[in-house]
Amino acid sequence: VCNYRIIFWIFQELQIDYSKYEHPPVLTVEEQAKYVSSSEGALSKNLFLKDKKNRYYIVSAMTDTKVDMKVLSQRLGLGKGGIRMAPEEALSELLQVSLGCVTPFAVVNESARDVSLLLDQKFKNQTRCIFHPLSNDVSVSLNTLGLDKFLQSIGRDSVYIDLEVNANPVVGKDQPPDLAVYVPSNSVVVPELPTKTASIQTASKNVSAEKTKPVASAKPSKLAGNGKSAVEDSALLVFKNPEKFVEEILDKTTALLLSEGKGENVEALAETFRKRLTSEFTHLAVMYKNTAYSQGFYAGTQSQPKRP
Amino acid sequence: VSSQLAMDVGKKDSIASDSSEQVVNPWEVAAKDGGKIDYDKLIDQFGCQRLDDSLIDRVQRLTSRQPHVFLRRGVFFAHRDFNEVLDAYERGDKFYLYTGRGPSSEALHLGHLIPFMFTKYLQEAFKVPLVIQLTDDEKCMWKNLSVEESQRLARENAKDIIACGFDVTKTFIFSDFDYVGGAFYKNMVKVAKCVTLNKAMGIFGFSGEDHIGKLSFPPVQACLSVPAVPSFPSSFPHLFPGKDKLRCLIPCAIDQDPYFRMTRDVAPRLGYSKPALIESSFFPALQAKNGKMSASDPNSAIYVTDTAKEIKNKINRYAFSGGQDSIEKHREIGANLEVDIPVKYLSFFLDDDTELEHIKKEYGEGRMLTGEVKKRLTEVLTEMVERHRMARAAVTDEMVDAFMAVRPLPSMFE
Repeated sequence: VCNYRIIFWIFQELQIDYSKYEHPPVLTVEEQAKYVSSSEGALSKNLFLKDKKNRYYIVSAMTDTKVDMKVLSQRLGLGKGGIRMAPEEALSELLQVSLGCVTPFAVVNESARDVSLLLDQKFKNQTRCIFHPLSNDVSVSLNTLGLDKFLQSIGRDSVYIDLEVNANPVVGKDQPPDLAVYVPSNSVVVPELPTKTASIQTASKNVSAEKTKPVASAKPSKLAGNGKSAVEDSALLVFKNPEKFVEEILDKTTALLLSEGKGENVEALAETFRKRLTSEFTHLAVMYKNTAYSQGFYAGTQSQPKRP
Repeated sequence: VSSQLAMDVGKKDSIASDSSEQVVNPWEVAAKDGGKIDYDKLIDQFGCQRLDDSLIDRVQRLTSRQPHVFLRRGVFFAHRDFNEVLDAYERGDKFYLYTGRGPSSEALHLGHLIPFMFTKYLQEAFKVPLVIQLTDDEKCMWKNLSVEESQRLARENAKDIIACGFDVTKTFIFSDFDYVGGAFYKNMVKVAKCVTLNKAMGIFGFSGEDHIGKLSFPPVQACLSVPAVPSFPSSFPHLFPGKDKLRCLIPCAIDQDPYFRMTRDVAPRLGYSKPALIESSFFPALQAKNGKMSASDPNSAIYVTDTAKEIKNKINRYAFSGGQDSIEKHREIGANLEVDIPVKYLSFFLDDDTELEHIKKEYGEGRMLTGEVKKRLTEVLTEMVERHRMARAAVTDEMVDAFMAVRPLPSMFE
């Protein structure tokens, strides 16, 4: 994970001229504009996109530049609807940032090595441009020379494109996709979060996990459902949550009581309970114990040593 | 424990060529003339001992609980030195358990779960620790999987294993790729030095000089020593420091006996206790056909990922029935319980002895029909698979990490 302070460290090492602004966390350009005035530089909008072959792109543009996704997709050689907003987990997995923080600087992370970065050519005409340095409660302004220097130092080319080119037709026999060369050569599979992975593995062989459809809007949106069944959802809770655990035990016990309890004498019933429930409840208890231990173990691996 | 070893070595001269004899070794299991496996003969042939009723009673006394269904029904039916392990246990000398799996496919079927279900019972009943070995390196080599794929499969299999209900405070799961090194590797080399080529040939029943030329012995030697090494407590210095004489009990299928004969031969020469074995018979395939379930034929087995519908279907369509062709004939002479698969499966998984006896009597005397038996079996298996799925859903990657962490287990004998 690349702490945003590293960005400033790199600026200082490379003697890049910049200005830093701290403000409350902002999720949209409009909010950011409240705290950073246009006299400081040109605000940017930053899109994190994904194509159908799991290749990822950051498109960073002036706020008033029109970014037509259909046109962009065709220019990349992906057909008309080949590109859409990337899901939230790709944001954290690949760019190591949260919502509202997409920025060209995210490519400093190893995890983003296969992400293609496309910059609005109109940035070059600006004295300064404004981006987030991996955190949405800080903004930084610098000119494109500084941005280029930064990118060069981490082995990246600065790719500036005219986002508003809109030939008619966009691509055709005499007009090959002009941005196709910027499509990453490697696709990236973004792993799902741990709890989701566990449940998807247990889905029936004939049912594949539902693919998610991220909403195509300017802001990255939360993932839609992913095929995890309600059964497996509750399984996880039973082993983590004391109340659910007790509820499960009482549910099973009362069910047995209702099915076997008619006319049985109490001693025989008690015997039946022991016989039928012991092994099942022991199994439940072991899983509960294992879950608690694993959480503790994980916490142990993450804990800081005590200060001397 | 691996049963893929030496597939490439060649079995030309193996004892399989004579079909009038039954064949049981780690690579081949075939009954005589297509009939049943004669387990008594097997015990004689291998030289292990029968797990008789007196031993089972002793287990009941020592553990203060009903012996596991697999013991009561003779699924685990043979052993080596189990009585000595019990003698030591009575004196207060504990033991640890060792079992393993070669993670070659993601699809686990019920046959795979059997040794783990039994091992879990042993852990709970005797309150002893357990090491579980995932031989991802061996699968990588012999099954031609990539290193990453075999490691991934090992972790996926670990989740199903954990779902069987092992206690994390008493269980260490390790994969060869992760763990081989240090004390473990030292023992591997010690064992390898003790095993001569000829001896290995003898144990596995090969003969013929042409094998010596063809073999590339070092990797085979290493593979031969890998199953042996976890039987020695010094291979796990983080678990058993200073307990070099701690005994090991290995639950396994009887076709693994040759590997451990070799281990038992080597152990005293290295100053270690001989591991004890407790051995199971084979879980038959749905369609019967002498032999055991095979992961390569999906209709030969019930998988832990099968839905209730799939289980019902498989049992109804593929489970080999010992019932008669017509209802009249069936009511007259009853079912052939020797070959009937649903009854066999019930004997593995239906815990209630009384109910099983009732079914066998009614079905064997023709009053109960195949359909009823299959229905009961479907219920039992569906409940089992459902329970496994619930437990499996709760196994996170973090839990796998915890089970596989090289850490002490301070309450392992509690």
